[in-house]
Amino acid sequence: MLQNFSIFKTIFNDAPQPWQLGFQDSAAPGFTGIVELHNTIFFYLVVISVGVFWVLGSIIYYYNSKKSPIVHKYLNHGTLIELIWTITPALILIAIAFPSFRLLYLLDEVISPTITIKVVGHQWYWSYEYSDYVNESGESIEFDSYMLPESDLELGQFRLLDVDNKVIVPVDTHIRLIVTGADVIHSWAVPSLGIKIDAVPGRLNQTSILAERAGTFYGQCSEICGVWHGFMPIAVEAVPVQDYLAWIDSN
Amino acid sequence: MSEDLSSKYILQTAGFDARFPNTNQTRHCFQNYTDYFKCIAAKGEDFAPCKQFKRAYNSLCPNEWIAKWDDQRENGNFPASLEP
Repeated sequence: MLQNFSIFKTIFNDAPQPWQLGFQDSAAPGFTGIVELHNTIFFYLVVISVGVFWVLGSIIYYYNSKKSPIVHKYLNHGTLIELIWTITPALILIAIAFPSFRLLYLLDEVISPTITIKVVGHQWYWSYEYSDYVNESGESIEFDSYMLPESDLELGQFRLLDVDNKVIVPVDTHIRLIVTGADVIHSWAVPSLGIKIDAVPGRLNQTSILAERAGTFYGQCSEICGVWHGFMPIAVEAVPVQDYLAWIDSN
Repeated sequence: MSEDLSSKYILQTAGFDARFPNTNQTRHCFQNYTDYFKCIAAKGEDFAPCKQFKRAYNSLCPNEWIAKWDDQRENGNFPASLEP
């Protein structure tokens, strides 16, 4: 909303960048939660690392045969310090575990979905099925999504990421994904939406996505599945609901 | 035109089912498939409440699975009883 009134427009990062170290920009509440948890834990991780290496460095520096030759005779046991360095890490682990489990179970929840999209992994492409609106003759929307070869790329398209048929999803809509494989195990992953779920033959895995803004989000197969594992990318295009309906209508 | 589309396509899908609360939805699909054919065996193909099962299995099952099970029913080797 702020975007509409601000003179500074944000360009979201929805595809990997060369030498990127951080995350892509979030487009779903789940991924915002994951990044939040990561940042919180990383803060404590840095504090702990500095503390541990400080103590370790001091011990190496001060306690040696030249500086304190007979320290081992007197410094061999201390109940209090041992209690502190046993109980403190336990409390830290508990403090990390609670928000982590909370997030895990929140991500697991499939909140009354409006649309179901079936995702099937093949060697080596993804296919998608939208079967909520089956017409009179029993046909549903069904298409394959192949990577665009380098020779077909137009300016602005991503090498090894863009596909011929993107998955079209409406924004601000709870969508159920049913993910399965047709031959071997694949894994459907889109970082900006915070999704990574295995596509296992003979099993239907369910997850939920909610795109908070329009945009095209990219991902790649994340379970090694054969020679062209690296060449079956995923592209999800989130559009306003009206445009989604128009797309459904045109198919 | 936009008004037409929202009335033409109702955004609706198989809801949450307390029998299948897990990530694994394989049985959710299969149960709806068998329930539909049990339902029409008992009540006839035009019985409207049966349509609910059909919509659910169409939404949940991969089309390839549905085609395979349809073949198995025709050949009489479907691996579950469809007696009501």
